Formats: sequence, structure tokens, C-alpha cells
Amino acid sequence: MINKDVVIIGGGAAGLAAAVACREKGIEDILIIERESNLGGILKQCIHDGFGLIKFQHSYTGPEYAQKYIDQVQEHGIEFLLDSMVIDITSQKVLTVVNKSGLKKYRAKSIILAMGCRERTRGAIGIPGTRPAGIYTAGVAQNLINIHNYMIGKEVVILGSGDIGLIMARRLMLEGAIVKMVLELLPYGSGLPRNFNQCLADYDIPLHLNHTVIDIKGQKRIEAITMAKVDSKGKVIESTCQEISCDTLLLSVGLIPENELSKMAGIQLDPLTGGALVDEYGQTTINGIFTCGNVLQVHDIVDNVSLEAEHIANGVERYLSSLLKPKNSIKIEIGPGLRYVLPQHIQYLDDTVFSFRVKKPGNKKQIIFRNDNRIIKKKSFIRVNPAEMIRIKLTSSELSDIKHLKVELN
Amino acid sequence: MKKNTEDRFDVIVIGAGVVGCSIARELSRFKVKVAVLEKESDVGWGSSCRNSGVIHAGFNNKPGTLMAKYCVEGNQKFHSIAQELDVPFKKTGKLVVAKKNNEITGLKKLKRQGELNGVKNLEIIGEQEIKKLEPNVRGVAALLSPETAITSPYLYTIALAENALKNGVRFYLNTEVENIKKKTSGEFFLKTQNKQFIADYLINSTGVYCDEIARMAGIDCYRIYPCRGEYYVLDKNASSLMNHLIYPVPHIEEGGLGIHLTPTVDGNVLIGPSNEYIDINKRNDYAVTMEVLFKLCKEAQEFLPAISPRYFIRNYAGIRSKQTPPSQGGYKDYVIEESEEAPNMISLIGIESPGLTAAYPIAKKVVSMIDQKEKLTPNPHFNPYRKGILRFEEQDDETKKELVEENSDYGEVICRCEQVTKKEILEAIDNPLGARSLISIKYRSRAMMGRCQGGYCQTRILELLKEKYNYNWNDFLLRGSGSYMLTGNRSNGEPGI
Repeated sequence: MINKDVVIIGGGAAGLAAAVACREKGIEDILIIERESNLGGILKQCIHDGFGLIKFQHSYTGPEYAQKYIDQVQEHGIEFLLDSMVIDITSQKVLTVVNKSGLKKYRAKSIILAMGCRERTRGAIGIPGTRPAGIYTAGVAQNLINIHNYMIGKEVVILGSGDIGLIMARRLMLEGAIVKMVLELLPYGSGLPRNFNQCLADYDIPLHLNHTVIDIKGQKRIEAITMAKVDSKGKVIESTCQEISCDTLLLSVGLIPENELSKMAGIQLDPLTGGALVDEYGQTTINGIFTCGNVLQVHDIVDNVSLEAEHIANGVERYLSSLLKPKNSIKIEIGPGLRYVLPQHIQYLDDTVFSFRVKKPGNKKQIIFRNDNRIIKKKSFIRVNPAEMIRIKLTSSELSDIKHLKVELN
Repeated sequence: MKKNTEDRFDVIVIGAGVVGCSIARELSRFKVKVAVLEKESDVGWGSSCRNSGVIHAGFNNKPGTLMAKYCVEGNQKFHSIAQELDVPFKKTGKLVVAKKNNEITGLKKLKRQGELNGVKNLEIIGEQEIKKLEPNVRGVAALLSPETAITSPYLYTIALAENALKNGVRFYLNTEVENIKKKTSGEFFLKTQNKQFIADYLINSTGVYCDEIARMAGIDCYRIYPCRGEYYVLDKNASSLMNHLIYPVPHIEEGGLGIHLTPTVDGNVLIGPSNEYIDINKRNDYAVTMEVLFKLCKEAQEFLPAISPRYFIRNYAGIRSKQTPPSQGGYKDYVIEESEEAPNMISLIGIESPGLTAAYPIAKKVVSMIDQKEKLTPNPHFNPYRKGILRFEEQDDETKKELVEENSDYGEVICRCEQVTKKEILEAIDNPLGARSLISIKYRSRAMMGRCQGGYCQTRILELLKEKYNYNWNDFLLRGSGSYMLTGNRSNGEPGI
């Protein structure tokens, strides 16, 4: 058994930023466990730019953004394991790790879960039809093209307007494929507005809202899909069915926080986010196990992942110094119009960053934090969009004498 | 038997499903030159990989039928075969659940029928006992069948084929029989796209295509009505919802057992199959449909309200080889015979459920038919044992530790969801039958079968294939020829890593 102060599971954007922040707070004994051969996580395959605008006021590519943190990890001499998989984790914070050099057990004083997310698949959304080659999730396609230098298709239909799907629409066009259309079940796009402009509009790729794929044809390689319009309840309108020939179907239909290890440890999850139930320091229902990044909630901007990871490092540091003493546990109430709010509860009443998403797009909206009838904070937005996470900070003085806390959208 | 040349065989088995592979293995116990011809790129890609994976006890079939007899016998023998072949086998037991009181007569009938067939330990239990055994299941009474078991239908088929191969049977994959001629000498002459074969005996174990193959040999008396069954595969997280196989009381006229819930040996749960006759010309149409998927979910929830779409990770369909037309429904007994039009050709017709359970007795029957005429000599070198791929995930920590020390490839977990290591995937890639489609690797290793459906490991498996066989972009196939995964190298990139 090897003892560690902090073990971080995952060496992607969240894990790297958490490691650096923990070290900068004076924590010496840190270990990052990464399952791949390189640090950086999904950023390695995100070769487009737009990363770092908030953190660095500069637009970097994914690998460049990751490298800034990898450099810091190396400068600080933070220990990391590559090609290493955590195969078991207990509520007592004992981790079983396997890699080429063997199977080892670690006992951590504190754990940071930073495993990221996985893509929702065809099977999960139950698209009918045959099961031929040529159906990829956008992230797998991105990996094959950007990391492995392969082309995955020539005539592509994309289902779902998540950011990776939009980025891949442009990427495929640049590589000479034809992206015929992007279909989105919802009446609005799921990705960031800038991606609709830069990846679809600029390349004349049509976006069909309220549309989905209801059949897949082809025995060996996909030959066509059937698209159809859906009504306001999401029901298929039969008369609108139309067959579209294609050799590739790309899916960008959502990301799911990868919490299998969290479940193994017995951590309680929030069905609204798919991530853990946490307090204001990202501490889960097991004391000393913290979580941040896409395993906690799916982010749209990596900068926010870094900020979230840096914030929870405060909690880890205080936990290790036994300074994390709960004052008053307050469950956050979610008002109508909001899909979720994080953290789900606060208990130290320190400065807290709340992050949340609205259920649907809207104009001229207000976010209100309220303790019964007393308004604690109010912020106005010209536009709100489910694709864009909103982050609002409440200071300890704003939270000082509250009994309840409700977040509302008006 | 006669002396053989390269493409000349004593017996040719057409179709490498579970029945064809069982026959091949049983024949390899004797000194007989056997070939198996299979149109797909791997064994077991028809109904054998598209069913519930159940080793039935034998109470669903009419007493006196081959179906009943072979099912009961197959169930009793399965445990020892599974041990010989290192195939997963779990005696989970089954509950046929009556949702309403008026279905209880149906349960009693089933019990009586089962007992007539020789099924042991059948018992009818009440609501309280159901609750005890299956707290999440709703029902007023149930037939408990402790003998019902589960296996992995594709691993079983692969194991049978590998063992037959080891005992001298030749397997020809990607080899579709196009034409059969009976020569005046009595031999069969088979034409395939790339090769021609000669055989003294011909076994038609082609499942849903059996009438077509029979017709090629001049036998026109069989007719198959393909009947599709669709399934959902549920995440392993759903396995805690149930302990037994959960079936409705079957309506015999439907020709299926009703939509049921089946735990798999890997820890998933299956919902299905539905029961839809399809066009005779669409025997390979394994598409799933929106209507049926919706129905599957709804009917499963009637037993187990906790089932929800969030558990779904995949869907698939299989096709029953039925002899009864839609207007008639129900079952017609298996036909295993040598017909006058083509002596020495044994036709296996209408081998639908419980075909997986019955495969072994069916194979014994076929071999005995040849033995009666030829007086076969035992093969002194026959080895009934075959080793499967050791599953790293199923070992305890100590064993895992030793495995990694022995071979560091066990230390590289390639498939995260199913915890499949590089060692297991390399073994799957390097399988004795030489099947290297991604689906072949998936069935053998379980990689890509988990909740992310290959999102994490698929690209790594392509890397391993490239590493081992120096694959070009056009060599990567999902499911045999034509199912190309890639369309080229990226314009200005080095081909692959």
C-alpha cells in the first residue's frame, strides 16, 4: 500500500489544473493517474482554436492549452502515472491501479475525481435501422482524423448539434468530405453560438432544427438515413420522412459524466447533472473525495473546467489541514427554468461559485438568488442559452446569515 | 471412406452457426474429413449471435417432439460441454410470471407439459414467493424453473468451431455456396465464388436459408418464413434489478415466448425478442424498428417498472427460421432428414428456439445418421478440451497481480467499460479461425460491448490491428467484406499512427 496526500484520477484539463492548484497551495504529495500514454485528456485531439479566451485572454488550440498545464505539472515536479487504469476505488479512499509494471494499491488522504465524460451513443438513444459501419460518435471521428490521420467518410450527415459535432462538420469539410446537413431534435441548437457561425454558416452546411434520424439503411456500410421532422412533443411527423444518402452518420447527441468509479466508491450522484452531489468545494458525499470538470458537470468551455478545478483545490487544502468544518448545511433549491444548479448544497458558507444551465433559450432574463423573500443577488442577461453554462459567485458575506437559498430564472 | 484430395471432403457442413459448429465438432470425434463452409467472415453471425442466450429447460415444447426431447437433453448435457469448452454458463433459473389470475391455468399447463418432457424441479409459486425471489418484479404467480440457464451464444459457437478446428475440421469463411450438383457418382459438387468443393455427405445447417440451400440440391419441399425478433441490451447497472430470467406466460399461437427479460452471462440484461414475420426476400434484414423498440420498453416495464431507457446501450435483431406461415403461427417440429431427392444430404429444417440448447443433441443425431451408413471409426486423437480467453476482470487482485508480472500486456486496460486488457484483445485478434473484423474481436474479448460502445477503445483496437498486421486504412472492417470503417488516409497526414 502506497500512501498519498492527494490522488487525482484523470490527467485531462480538470486533473491537470487541480494538480497545479493543489501544489501552489503547498500540497507536496500529489499523484495524477492517467489511463492514456500522454497527459492532456480530450484536449489532445481538439486541434481547433478558441481555448483560453477567459483564462489567458488568448485563443489557443486544445493541445496548446493542455501543454500550458503539462509544463506547470512538470516544472512543479508533480508525480504522474501514464497508461495506468484505476480499476477499483473504495469509500475508504483505497485505489487499485493497474499498469504495465503491475497492480498496486494506494491509500489517499484525499481524492480528486477528474475522469471527464463519455459520448452518448446510438444504442443509448435507440436509433432504429441496421447496424453497418460508418456510424461514429463525433469524438471518435475526431480522434481518428486528428490523432490517427484517417478519413472516416465522404458524405456525412450529423445528428445532434453539440459542439464536437459542429467542430467536426468544419473539420470534415476542410478534409474534403461533404457534410450534407446537421439535424437537431430540439427547436434550438445544442452547441455554442460561435460554433454555429464558424463551423456551419461559414461552410454553408444546413442546420435542420426539430429533425431527427428515424432509420438507418445499409448492410455493410451505411448507405442512407431517413430524416424526419418532429412536432413540439418530439413525436415524428410521418409525412416529413425523407431518405438522405450518405456513407457516414456522425452523432453529437450529448455527453455523459463518466462516474463509474464514483459509483464504485459509493458516491451519490445527481440525476440532473449525471455528476456527483457536491458542496461548494466540489466535495462529494464522501468526505475527502472531491470532483471537478466534466465528470462533475459537462462544460462547454475548458477555461471553466480549469477555474472549477482551481477552486476545489482550496477545499482539498483545507480538508488536509482539517480546516474544513461545516457550519450550516443548506440545500440549494432550483427554480423553474433552470436545468440544474451546482453545488447542490453548501455547508461552509465561504465564497461560492454557482454554475447552472437554463432549460431553454430566452431573451432579457434575470437570475435571482433568494433567501425566502430576501434577494441576495440579481444578475441580468440579454440572452440565456442552455448551451452556455452560467457561473455566478456569491461571497461569504452575501451568504453569511441565510437559512435557505433558491436560484430562479425570471 | 474414400481417399481425399485438397477440396474433397467426406462431409461438408454448410453454415457455421451453433448447429453447424456442433455437428463439425461431433464429427471430429471420428476419422472423417470435414469442412464447414460459411458465407460470413466469422462463425455464428446468424441467429447464433442474435438470441437470448438461454439454455432452456424444455417445458415450452409439445411432448413427443424433437424440440422437447433435444431441449431437455441439451439442457442436461450443457454444463459438461461448457466445462470442456471453457464457455460461460450460469444456472440462473427462470420465472414465467402470470400478471393476472387468468394466466395461472397457463402456468399449470406449462408445468404439466414440462414434467411430461422430463424437466426436473418445476414449481408454481405465489405472489409472496415472487416478491422474495424478485423484489422488483410484478406478478400474481409464477412457474419457477431452476434448470433454466444462460450462456454466451457467440462464445459457445466460437468454442465449438475452435475445438472442431483443433480436431482437424477445416473452416472456410467468406465462402457462400452458390450451386450444388449431385454427380452420377453420388458425390456432391459445390460451387462457391472462389473455390469448388466435392463431398460425399452434405449437411444443410443454414438456419434461415435452409430451404434455399435445399432447393439448390433439388429438394423443393421445405419453406421457411423468417420471423424477426428485436432486442434491447441494458447496461450492467440494470443487472441488480433481477436475479432470474423473467418471462411472460407464452401464447403458443404467437410462435415466440413473449417479450422477456434475460440476464446475460456478462451481467447485462436483454429485453426481447419481439415477433414479426418479415418478407421472405429479406432474410438478412436485421434492422430494428422504432415501433418495436417502443413496444419492448413498454412490455418490459409491465413486469419490471424500474426499467427505463437510461439503461439502454444497444439494440439488435435476430431472425427465426420458422416453418409455420404467419396465418398459422405457433411451432412446427424440427425436421432432420435425408430426403429421397438427394441421398447423403442431411437437411436441418426449422431449427429455431430452442436451437441453442438443442444444438448438441441435434449434432449427435446427424452424426448417428452418417454413422449408420458408414460405420465411422473413432478419432483416437480427439481432444474435447478448448481454452477460452482468460478474463482479467474476473480474477481476484492476487491473480491479476501475477498475470501482469507474467505478461505486461495484462497491465494495459484497453476497454475501460468491460475492463479488457491488451493481452485479451491480442488473443482475440489472433484467434485460430482468423476472423479479424471488429465484431469478431468484440465477441471474443467483450471490448466495445460496454456502455460507451467502443467510444474509448475502438481507436486503440485499430492501433493494435495496425501494429500486429500492418493494416492499411482499407483493411479495417466492422463486419466482414464491404463493411469498411475508413475511407482513406487524411490528406496531408502520415497514414495512421
